[in-house]
Amino acid sequence: MTAIGAPVLAAPRKRRDWAFYPCLAILAVAVGAAVLSPWITPYDPTATSFDAIWVPPSPAHWLGTDQLGRDLLSRVVDGARPTLLGSIALLALATALGVLIGLTAAWHRGWIDTLLARITDVMFAFPGLLFVIMIIAVFDSGTVTAVVGMGLAYAPVIAKFTRAIALEELARPYVDSYRLQGAGGFELCLRYVLPNMLPTLLGYLVVLFGDGLMSLATLNFLGFGSQPPSSDWGLMVEESRTGVIQGVLGPALVPGLTIAIVVVATNVVGVRLSDKLAVRR
Amino acid sequence: MVTLARRLGALVLTLVVSSFVIFAGMYAAPGDPLTFLIKNPEDRTPDRVAAVRAAYHLDDSFLSQYLSWLKGVLHGDLGTSFVYKQPVADLMTSRLPVTLTLVAMAALLFVVVGVLLGVVSALKRGTTIDASITGVTTFLTSIPNFVVALVLVSVFAVQLRWFDVSGSGEGFGDRLYHLTLPAIALAIGAFAVVSRVTRQTMVEQQSLEHVDVARSFGLARRKIVRRHVLRNSLGPVVTMCGLIIASMLAGTVVIESVFGLNGVGSMLVDSINAHDFPVVQAILLYMVLAYMAVTIVVDLLYPLIDPRTLERSGAA
Repeated sequence: MTAIGAPVLAAPRKRRDWAFYPCLAILAVAVGAAVLSPWITPYDPTATSFDAIWVPPSPAHWLGTDQLGRDLLSRVVDGARPTLLGSIALLALATALGVLIGLTAAWHRGWIDTLLARITDVMFAFPGLLFVIMIIAVFDSGTVTAVVGMGLAYAPVIAKFTRAIALEELARPYVDSYRLQGAGGFELCLRYVLPNMLPTLLGYLVVLFGDGLMSLATLNFLGFGSQPPSSDWGLMVEESRTGVIQGVLGPALVPGLTIAIVVVATNVVGVRLSDKLAVRR
Repeated sequence: MVTLARRLGALVLTLVVSSFVIFAGMYAAPGDPLTFLIKNPEDRTPDRVAAVRAAYHLDDSFLSQYLSWLKGVLHGDLGTSFVYKQPVADLMTSRLPVTLTLVAMAALLFVVVGVLLGVVSALKRGTTIDASITGVTTFLTSIPNFVVALVLVSVFAVQLRWFDVSGSGEGFGDRLYHLTLPAIALAIGAFAVVSRVTRQTMVEQQSLEHVDVARSFGLARRKIVRRHVLRNSLGPVVTMCGLIIASMLAGTVVIESVFGLNGVGSMLVDSINAHDFPVVQAILLYMVLAYMAVTIVVDLLYPLIDPRTLERSGAA
């Protein structure tokens, strides 16, 4: 599964250079779909039509229809918004927490560092999916629970990464010179150190985004996140299961491959960005 | 020995902490357990309520509930399921074989295929074969495993009818047969990581001096690869495989649900939906234990593969 762990970084970058711009274009299309979905879907994504159940791809329905006769293209486009927003929200929460923990640990060192390291170690010793499932068992399923749970599960990964690059950054001479000028720790970290770390962090976050999107889709597939009639991609795959057993694979493949393509695209873009932005190191 | 003792100490500590967290989480869950225990409101007479509260120790304080649960767990008593009204330990033992067989099959599959692909791409470094192995396995990793599972069901169970759509099978042989597709679905995502780690360490090993020496002695290439390159690359590969197996225990949740297998993973999903907290607690605790056990086994295996690590830690 997409168990949370070290994100899978793609292989040597030379060979992948040609893939960067197409992947960027794919991401642009996905974001465009998420922003414009109410205006560009050819059909109402929730409109059922019992004369057109499991229609194969045709000029009227480019990607066919699902078990309730809903247009798959419209649903995939409409699903871009909840899917991408969910992943962004979970990453935002994880980043806020992770950067705070990582930066605090790197700045203070000593016992605070040790304590935070122990806490993140315990979180690492616990498969991320299990942690989220426990949160869901306690607080019941729902989009908010799934996103918050995932965000908490990802925070230690980001904290560890932030701590590592923050230690490097804090060892630079400019930090000492600002300190001599009397800048306080809080101001120094926030105004000077954090912006300098941002490029490196950004590339890493883009790679994590694909990972987070997959984990969230898994939760939605299990029925722990978004509920019908949402057209979230993970939920779309889950609803297509009756079709698969009856020999109709299209409604499962359309959202499934969409997830795969977006994840591949974010990985390629993320790895390239980390290489480019982190050139200074 | 000292490291082993320290690892076991850490294991016990983590287990105690996670057992507390798991129990506290379930305790704090909103909603009165009584509503799940007595489904029919008409049955909720004061006598019945008092009896149920006593039977499930609902009136005790939090700490004494936790301690009595912990004491039970240590004696192999995991409590009684709210839904099935059966001891949780019995439910677990009837479900565990399916899950463990599934993980074992998937592990065998991804280790063999992943290492093989890694060796091939290391030996054919820089060729199209190398590039396509990397490309295809990376793409497979990016497809969510529930989608892979559904595609496998559609092709091999629905279209070709080689396998049943769901069910775990009876008897050992039949079970292996039924678990083939689920094991493939569980293993596919790990091919990329394993083959990449194998390739990477082998490429590093190949450029070392002892390999050059072996080559200058005129040793056959097969022998060099097997005895000098692959053997020395095993450490990182085994560590990686252990981590993947450990996280697969949680991955069974998804795969068992797709294939309708009666394993521990699908039971976790069912019991969360049914608010069957004793079962949820037991499964979460088991998964943490299994995860930690696998990582410790890997640590213990490491010196067997590479005796130098033992000397180093002994000297330190």
